[in-house]
Amino acid sequence: MDLNRRNVLILGTGAVAMAALPLPAFAVDAGVDEAIAAFTGGADVADGGVDIEAPEIAENGNTVPVAVSADGASEILLLATGNPNPDVATFRFGKLSGDSSAATRIRLAKTQDLVAVAKMQDGSFAKAGRTVKVTIGGCGG
Amino acid sequence: MKRLLKSAIAVTALGAGYAIAGPGPDEDQLVIDGLEITTEVAAPEGSPLDTLYSGWRFRSDATQSLETDDFENPAMVAVEYGIELWETPAGASNKSCADCHGDVESLRGLRANMPRWNAEKGKPESLEHIINDSIVAHQGAEKWKWESPEMLAMTALIGMQSRGMPMTVETDGPMADWIDKGKALYYTRVGQLDMACSNCHEDNYGNMIRADHLSQGHINGFPTYRFKWQGLGSLHRRFSGCMKNIRAEPFKRGSDEFVALEAYLASRGTGLGIETPAVRN
Amino acid sequence: MAKVKPRVKVPKKAKAGETITIKSLISHPMETGQRKDKKTGDLIPRRIINKFEVTFNGEDVITVDIDPAVSANPYFQFDMVVPEAGTVRFEWTDDDGTVYDLEKKIAIG
Repeated sequence: MDLNRRNVLILGTGAVAMAALPLPAFAVDAGVDEAIAAFTGGADVADGGVDIEAPEIAENGNTVPVAVSADGASEILLLATGNPNPDVATFRFGKLSGDSSAATRIRLAKTQDLVAVAKMQDGSFAKAGRTVKVTIGGCGG
Repeated sequence: MKRLLKSAIAVTALGAGYAIAGPGPDEDQLVIDGLEITTEVAAPEGSPLDTLYSGWRFRSDATQSLETDDFENPAMVAVEYGIELWETPAGASNKSCADCHGDVESLRGLRANMPRWNAEKGKPESLEHIINDSIVAHQGAEKWKWESPEMLAMTALIGMQSRGMPMTVETDGPMADWIDKGKALYYTRVGQLDMACSNCHEDNYGNMIRADHLSQGHINGFPTYRFKWQGLGSLHRRFSGCMKNIRAEPFKRGSDEFVALEAYLASRGTGLGIETPAVRN
Repeated sequence: MAKVKPRVKVPKKAKAGETITIKSLISHPMETGQRKDKKTGDLIPRRIINKFEVTFNGEDVITVDIDPAVSANPYFQFDMVVPEAGTVRFEWTDDDGTVYDLEKKIAIG
């Protein structure tokens, strides 16, 4: 394909759209699998239906704003697959929660995938992932 | 020969090697809960810079947004502590700051003019010096350590009263000497990395050093909540950290050197809006 | 250590049945237990806020089980349905057993 500007822009947009889709579980490891299994009791987990909002690039790994939501979820488990310990938080939505969503600020040790697993009111599970790049400062200042 | 080599390495590092041409300051406008803050202003006469940009303009959108809302700004918890301290009687006098000063709003403008000449001492002072002098002399209380939660809370609270005001420091009279001293420090290479403040903040602002977006190094936001510190920190702490990064032995907080540097930077940033307490990375 | 202080942003009024957004923050170092004391080399023991619970007139709104990966000065934003006038109650549980709490009233109007 001719790499003129129009095509590069379209390719670029495509890449951005890809990042927003639920990712397959390619970047997870044993600790993460265990955490997910403990949450789901080993049940099947569908892909999709869970939204994770996070910056593409985090200026500082100490404070990364993240939001999770899943229509009809009673609980959402948030994991940072590249942290020494993947557990970040578990959100449990009560009767008066309004919608199954929450936002917080988290610590990421390095560039990695976030994974959010939602437990739906009907007992089923769904998950999505999102990559966050974590930068290291210049002089470390 | 050794000195030439060191300088050559430093210049190369910032010229071709480590500092990569970056995007420069962004176009975002800073409005904090309805108050417009000047983050871009023509540089004062004689400045080596054309336009002054607040450090806020070099930060990511996520970092910037935390400063636009007084609830989201994590420094505000310290400000609330400052209010508590302001109203609490202390020391042998059993008086609170409020007993003499009334509302803290009465100190509007104080931080905007820091550092301030103290005729009795024959030198300029930072806000921390002024606060300590007051609580010792007027409350009969113990001094606060420079980086203590109390001092940070109080400098954040008092600093915030000047928020939005242009940074202006007295540059005439006895201050001129100290500003010159600070200027000399600003341009002096120090440490194992043999770098001066100007190498990053004047020669390379807007560029990237690794993944850090270099600012012009202004002081209009201090004390500042830094993600790196996971908390509020003083200007002199930032100076100290920078010097350590260059592998230089840092001057002490409150030292003549840091006060001189603070005076120079205040003059160098004249016109920028005070953002205290700011949020940075 | 600096004081642990909670603060919340809750609208004072809402219409019956309206969904509102609530923000919360508590000053806390969230010591992960992985940092070393620079002088002694010893690990600084873990001490975090491990749970955040919100109820309205006694009904559950949201509960968060918190791990050390949540940033210092933990911040949470979430939504709540306001069925009637009442009191929102916030509780933060520290590893050391202390429970910090805050209550805010919401009127209907």
